[in-house]
Amino acid sequence: MKNSGSSVDQTAGLPRRPAHGQLNSERREDESRTYTMRVLVIEDDKETALFLQKSLKENGHTADLAHDGEAGLALATEGAYDVLIVDRMLPRLDGLSLIKSLRAEGNRTPVLILSALGEVDDRVKGLRAGGDDYLTKPYAYSELLARVEALGRRTAPEEQQTRYTVGDLVLDRLSHRVTRGGEHILLQPREYRLLEYLMQHAGQVVTRTMLLEHVWDYHFDPQTNVIDVHVSRLRAKIDKNFDRQLLHTVRGAGYTIRDGPA
Amino acid sequence: MTALLDRVAKAASTTAFGLSALAVAFFLFAAAIVVGVLFWQTNNLLTEQVLATLTGEARILTSEMKVGGQGKLIETVTALSRPQGTGLYYLADPNGTKIAGNLNRIPPELEAEGHGGVFTYQQMVDGKEKTHLAVAIPVDLGPGLRLIIGRDVEDQRAFADSVRTTFLLGFGVLSILGLLGGLAVSRLIVNRMDEITATSRQIMDGDLSRRIPTSGKGGELDSLAASLNQMLDRIENLMSGLREVSDNIAHDLKTPLNRLRNSAEAALRDPRGGEAYREGLERTIEKADELIKTFNALLLIARLEAGALEESTETFDLGRFAADVSELYAPAAEEVGFVLSIDMEQGLFVSGNRQLIGQAIANLIDNAIKYSRGGEPGSVITVRACLLEGRPAISVGDHGPGIDAADREKALKRFVRLEASRTKPGTGLGLSLVAAVARLHHGEVRLEDNQPGLRVVLLLSNKCLIAAPQHEGDAEPGLAAQ
Repeated sequence: MKNSGSSVDQTAGLPRRPAHGQLNSERREDESRTYTMRVLVIEDDKETALFLQKSLKENGHTADLAHDGEAGLALATEGAYDVLIVDRMLPRLDGLSLIKSLRAEGNRTPVLILSALGEVDDRVKGLRAGGDDYLTKPYAYSELLARVEALGRRTAPEEQQTRYTVGDLVLDRLSHRVTRGGEHILLQPREYRLLEYLMQHAGQVVTRTMLLEHVWDYHFDPQTNVIDVHVSRLRAKIDKNFDRQLLHTVRGAGYTIRDGPA
Repeated sequence: MTALLDRVAKAASTTAFGLSALAVAFFLFAAAIVVGVLFWQTNNLLTEQVLATLTGEARILTSEMKVGGQGKLIETVTALSRPQGTGLYYLADPNGTKIAGNLNRIPPELEAEGHGGVFTYQQMVDGKEKTHLAVAIPVDLGPGLRLIIGRDVEDQRAFADSVRTTFLLGFGVLSILGLLGGLAVSRLIVNRMDEITATSRQIMDGDLSRRIPTSGKGGELDSLAASLNQMLDRIENLMSGLREVSDNIAHDLKTPLNRLRNSAEAALRDPRGGEAYREGLERTIEKADELIKTFNALLLIARLEAGALEESTETFDLGRFAADVSELYAPAAEEVGFVLSIDMEQGLFVSGNRQLIGQAIANLIDNAIKYSRGGEPGSVITVRACLLEGRPAISVGDHGPGIDAADREKALKRFVRLEASRTKPGTGLGLSLVAAVARLHHGEVRLEDNQPGLRVVLLLSNKCLIAAPQHEGDAEPGLAAQ
C-alpha cells in the first residue's frame, strides 16, 4: 500500500483519523462522524466554487479554492489535501494536464474530475490522465459529497481487510460468507458484491450511481431506479428479521450501511 | 446583338468549346496530310507520264534524223509544230538561229541545264496571250543542231489548281462548321451548367426544395445532376430532421421547464410557508433531474451521430454482458409482473463500446417494461444475444401492444412518441439512442412483429465480431438462466 504511505506524509500534522490498520466497524463509524477532510476545489466558475466551499464546510470539511489551472497546480503541489476536485476546463492549464503533471511529480492525492463532457470517451480520458473519479455536470451535491468522501477514504488499506463488520453483520471476504448475529445469510453473487461495496464504505453515503459504477461497472443511465429493487432485496435478507436496521436509505442521496441511525 | 455576342464569347471561353476547337484543328491537320500526299502522288504520276511520252518522241525524231537526215527532221518538226497544239518544239542551228518549231526561244528555265524541266511560255489562245506551263526535254542530235521538245501541261496545272482550291475551300467550310459545332455543344453544356448554378444559388438563398432539372437522357451531366439532387435530398432531410428536433426540443424541454417553473411559483405562493418551500424545492430538483436526463440523452445521440468513440472500444462477451444487464433489470421487471427470459449464445465475442451497448440494452428492456403490461400470463420479456446473418445481434421482445408496421420507421426518430406512449414517463429518446448506438457500430435497428408484441433487434456490424459461438463445443448450458 504505497498510497497510504504518501498520503500520511502529505497529511502529517493534521487533526485527522487514527493510523490505518486498526480499523474496525465501530471505530470507523465514530470516525466518519468527526472525520474532516481538506479539499482543494479547482474550478474557474467562482459561484460554483463558493457553493462547493460552503457546502463542504457544512458537512464538516475544509475547502480551499483555486480559479485557474496554474494556481490550482501550485496549491495542490504545496498543500496537503485529502481530495482534489478538478474542473476539466480551466483557464491557463486545463484539468487533465494539471492532473498529469501532478501525477508526474509523484503526487497521488485522489482527484475527482468535474466535467461538462460526460460521454464514455471523456470519462476514459479523464481516468487515463490520472483522475480517480469522474462526475458530469450538472451533478447533485449529494452525489459529489458521497464521491469526495469515498475518495478521501480510499487511502485506507481497504484491500487488505479480509472482514467487514457493521454491528453484528459480518462479511468474510475470504470465505465469501455473510453472517448476522452468527446466523448464515445466503446471498446471490451480485447481492454479495453489493453488500461488500456498502460495507467497504460503512458509515458513508453511497449513491445509486456509485453502486451502478462499482458493483455493476456500468457507466450509463439505467432509466429507472433498478438499483432500488436490488437494494431492497438485499435489505430483506440482512435486515428483515432483526430489530436493528443496518441498511438505511438516505433521502435524496442514496444508501448507507451503519450501526445506528442514518 | 451584343447579347448574342456575349453569349458566343461566353460559349467560346468554355472548356467544351476549347476542346471541340482542338478536335477540329486536329482533324484538319490530319486531312491536310492525307490530301497533300494524294495530290503530290498524282502530280508525280502525271509528270512522269509526260516525260515518258517525250522520251518516246525524242527517240522517234532521232531515228528519223538518222534515216532522213536533217531535212527530214526539219520537215517533221515543222509538221508537228502546230500553233496551238500541246506538242512544243524548238529546233535551232549551232548559232542558235531557230530553224523550225512552235516555241520562239529556248525557255530561260532550260537554258542553263542540259536536261529537261518545267517552264512557262506564252501561248496565244483566242487572240489572247496566256502563260502556260510546260515540260520539255532536250533531244541529243549530235553536234550542230539543237532540238527541244515539250508538252503543254496547262490542263494538268489547271486540274491541280482546281483540286487545291476545292480542298482549301473544303477546309475552310470544315473549320467553320467544326467551330460552330463546338460552339453549339458548349452552348448546350453552358446552358446545363447555368441551370445547375442557378439552382444552387436559389438553394443557397434558402429554398432547399429546389432540384437540378435532368434531361432524362442519362448522360454524365444527368448523373451529376442526379447525385447533386441526392445530396440535396440528404441535406434537406437533415435540415428537416433538425427543424423537427428543435420543434421537439421546444416541446419536450420547454414543457417540463415550464412545469418546473410553475411548481416553484406555486411553492412560493403556498401559505404554509417553510414546509411547502421544502416540498416545492424537492419537486424542482426532481424535475431538473428529469430535464438533465433528457438533455444528456440528446447530447449523447448528437455525439454518437458525429462519429466514432475510439477511446473506449473494448472486446467483450456479448451474451454474458447482455445477460448481465438483464440481471440488473430482472428484479425491477419481476416487481411489476414480468418474467425476464434470457437466451444467450456462448462465446459471442464482439469489439465495441461496452457502455453504449449496455445503455442500448437497458433502454430496450426499459421500454419493454414500460410499454407492455406485466402481471399477465404472457408477460415475458425475452432478451436474446445471437449471431444473425453473420452479425452479432441483440434482440429484446415483449408481448405488449407492439408498433404498427407503418409506424416503425417513425418510432426510431428522435423525440417521436407514438400516441399510445405519450402519457408514459420518459424522454422519447430511448429508441433513437439505440439506433444511434447501432449506427456507431455500423449496424442497424429493426423493429419486428413478435406475434404478438414488439421485438427490437440491435444488429452490429460483422466487423464487430471477434469470435463466433461454437455450437458443437462444450458450452455449459444454463449460464443465462435466471
